[in-house]
Amino acid sequence: MFNSSFDAVIPIVCVVLAALAAMAAEAFRGKGERMPIGLLGLVGLVAAGVSSALLWNRNAASFGVLVADNFGLFVTGILVVVGILTILFSSEVLERDGIPAGEYYALMLFSLSGMIMMAMANDLLVVFVALEIMSIAVYVLTGIRRDKPEATEASFKYFLLGAFSSAFFLYGIAFTFGVAGTTRLDAIGELMAAQAMVDNPLVLLAMGLLMVGFCFKISVVPFHMWTPDAYQGAPAIVTGFMSTGVKAAAFAAFARVFLSAFEPYIADWAPAIWVLAALTMIVGTVVGVAQVNLKRMLAYSSIAHGGYLLVGLLSANEVGKAAILFYLAAYAVTNLAAFGVIAVLGARDQGNDELRDYAGLWHSRPALATLMTVSLLSLGGLPPTAGFIGKWYIFAAAVSAGYYGLAIIGVLTSVISVFFYLRVVVMMFMKDREVAGMPAQVSGLGMAALAVAIAAIFYLGILPTQVLDLAARSISTIF
Amino acid sequence: MPETLQFYLFAALAIGASALVIGQRNPMHSVLLLIASFGALAGLYVLLDAPFVAVAQIIIYAGAIMVLFLFVVMLLNAPQEDAHKDPFALVRQSGLTRVGAVLALLLLLQLSWALLSVSGLAGPVDAGGDAAVVSSVPELGRVLFTDYMFAFEATSVLILVAMVGAVVLAGRRENEE
Amino acid sequence: MDGWLGFVIMSVLGVGFAAVMIGLSVLLGPRNPTPEKLAPYECGMPAVGDARERHSVRFYLVAMIFLLFDIEIAFLYPWAVALRDLGWAGFVQVLTFFCVLTVGFVYVWRKGVLDWGPVARRAGDPVQKKAA
Repeated sequence: MFNSSFDAVIPIVCVVLAALAAMAAEAFRGKGERMPIGLLGLVGLVAAGVSSALLWNRNAASFGVLVADNFGLFVTGILVVVGILTILFSSEVLERDGIPAGEYYALMLFSLSGMIMMAMANDLLVVFVALEIMSIAVYVLTGIRRDKPEATEASFKYFLLGAFSSAFFLYGIAFTFGVAGTTRLDAIGELMAAQAMVDNPLVLLAMGLLMVGFCFKISVVPFHMWTPDAYQGAPAIVTGFMSTGVKAAAFAAFARVFLSAFEPYIADWAPAIWVLAALTMIVGTVVGVAQVNLKRMLAYSSIAHGGYLLVGLLSANEVGKAAILFYLAAYAVTNLAAFGVIAVLGARDQGNDELRDYAGLWHSRPALATLMTVSLLSLGGLPPTAGFIGKWYIFAAAVSAGYYGLAIIGVLTSVISVFFYLRVVVMMFMKDREVAGMPAQVSGLGMAALAVAIAAIFYLGILPTQVLDLAARSISTIF
Repeated sequence: MPETLQFYLFAALAIGASALVIGQRNPMHSVLLLIASFGALAGLYVLLDAPFVAVAQIIIYAGAIMVLFLFVVMLLNAPQEDAHKDPFALVRQSGLTRVGAVLALLLLLQLSWALLSVSGLAGPVDAGGDAAVVSSVPELGRVLFTDYMFAFEATSVLILVAMVGAVVLAGRRENEE
Repeated sequence: MDGWLGFVIMSVLGVGFAAVMIGLSVLLGPRNPTPEKLAPYECGMPAVGDARERHSVRFYLVAMIFLLFDIEIAFLYPWAVALRDLGWAGFVQVLTFFCVLTVGFVYVWRKGVLDWGPVARRAGDPVQKKAA
């Protein structure tokens, strides 16, 4: 089924080489000298994107543990877009905030390489190593502003809880290995299918522990405690990166492990996911209403979006399959656009991320206010944006799979969430108040990135069929 | 000495030392006791016919990681804890701490239930052959550099990330000089 | 536990020897403590201040780097033992592993983490020295 070759590694190698180049450039940089390190990252990411496009439909597999099937490549595509947009925004932010560029880009690219590895991994051990590469880089990025105590606090909390959840994940791998005698996902799947009738508590234990590890990374309630603090404390651009990249990669691995390896045990894990999805949608939305800080509010919103993704995972029927990947793509560009606006509006000493800072933004920054409005409406799921189509397909899949309860909860929480997204929009348009300390101007690159993100939101919202087709064909490669 | 006896000896050492680690008021003593606990764990690995893990446990954990711990204790210069402090303060706390304790207990029960009820099932798979041969160091090297070769190479990236992370979080920066 | 007997004998001998030496000196040695004898030894100078001084964060960095390279060395051991079985394929893998980590080593070196002078050199200094 798979062509064995070195090909599947190429996208990862491109990104790792770019990261190594960034490190080397930083090492040999003269004092005070500036280097176009972001450009290195762009080159690496474009190369990764092109190579994964060339690998499409080829089902390349390397070393038996890395498979470049269309599912992995689709997620890689999302991650490459996330990386490119983040680099474009970063050029705006790094110097303003005094963030060391070489290390920042190196860590970001390493993290991306881990994410891509996670999306393609066909071996639990590789999933774990990739998870750690991704996570450790993101922990450090969270606390990269050492002059801000809240960033250090966020990094510390994220790291401690993240290390704890990694232990759960590793424990799950150990039990899986104990049952199956292998860590390869395809071999585990065959073995599980052969003994699915047997009620083996070790399998349940392994699935439970793996689930905890994954749910932590996609901040599912009740494993979400770190999310608001980490998202609020991290620099806005890093928050945008980790709320999209980490979630997409972890969710891809989650889907691959549970929909391919543990699929025979779906009757056992589906109820657990049902409860988690319901809790996540409800808590994320209800607590989000009460927030006064925009980053914190978006943190709860991203928790709720994790819940919608879980609904998609659960109702992975003919409709649901495509919906998962489409939703990931829509969520990634939308959330990144929202955090991009927050990032470019910040200043070195003040984040400008309280809700009241956005009062009257329409009068001072009409372009940014419009962009923010579009991304918030997409997060809320209003037509004609990407978020609307994503939610539409998720709920349609849930209904056709018979999960009426989840569909109702999803629609209700979506309606409530529109309230807090619209509150920001109303603030921006209705109130008339000039906020001191906003940056004077936004550079071309930052605006270009925002324009691309907004264009993507509308493209996915108005002409979704092409991407949906692509998503449907991608996910059919894993189950 | 029969193997069971050795197991209980090392297990008691490991548990006893670990319990003492969290009971110390002087953080330096905790670090030293943790080394004892790691040593006992290494003994358990030897009993499991996993000599490489045992040696790695000594070299990396009892060696490098404990040096790191020592430096962190010295960096923080944590004073000795107050001797009059209530030793059971943590248990007597209310609210979320208790919920956490209950959940931890539940996890323990769940794990024990699962491990005790596997008899007769597929259970641990026979890796094919004598454990001592399978877990010998040359065999480990063979598996590591064939089946797990990608994970091995990926580890180099992981180590690199940790290196950059340490420098970013603790190193000196240009604009701070 | 076969094959570990030698290890056990050696540890027992090592620990036993040290214990016997300390025990004998406690039992047989004369005891005549004076305040000077009990003071910490500071090269013959009167001790100043507390020994529990706060250490620089640079110790932590060095320990961290040491730990990472220690892990690297631990990976070499199984490779060295299985060298003949693995052949050139294994060699290439270890070489790749090393090349990646060498980038890290160069980075750490140039960043001045390993410099231990009172004023650590920084990346870019050699250029300035040439100019001076």
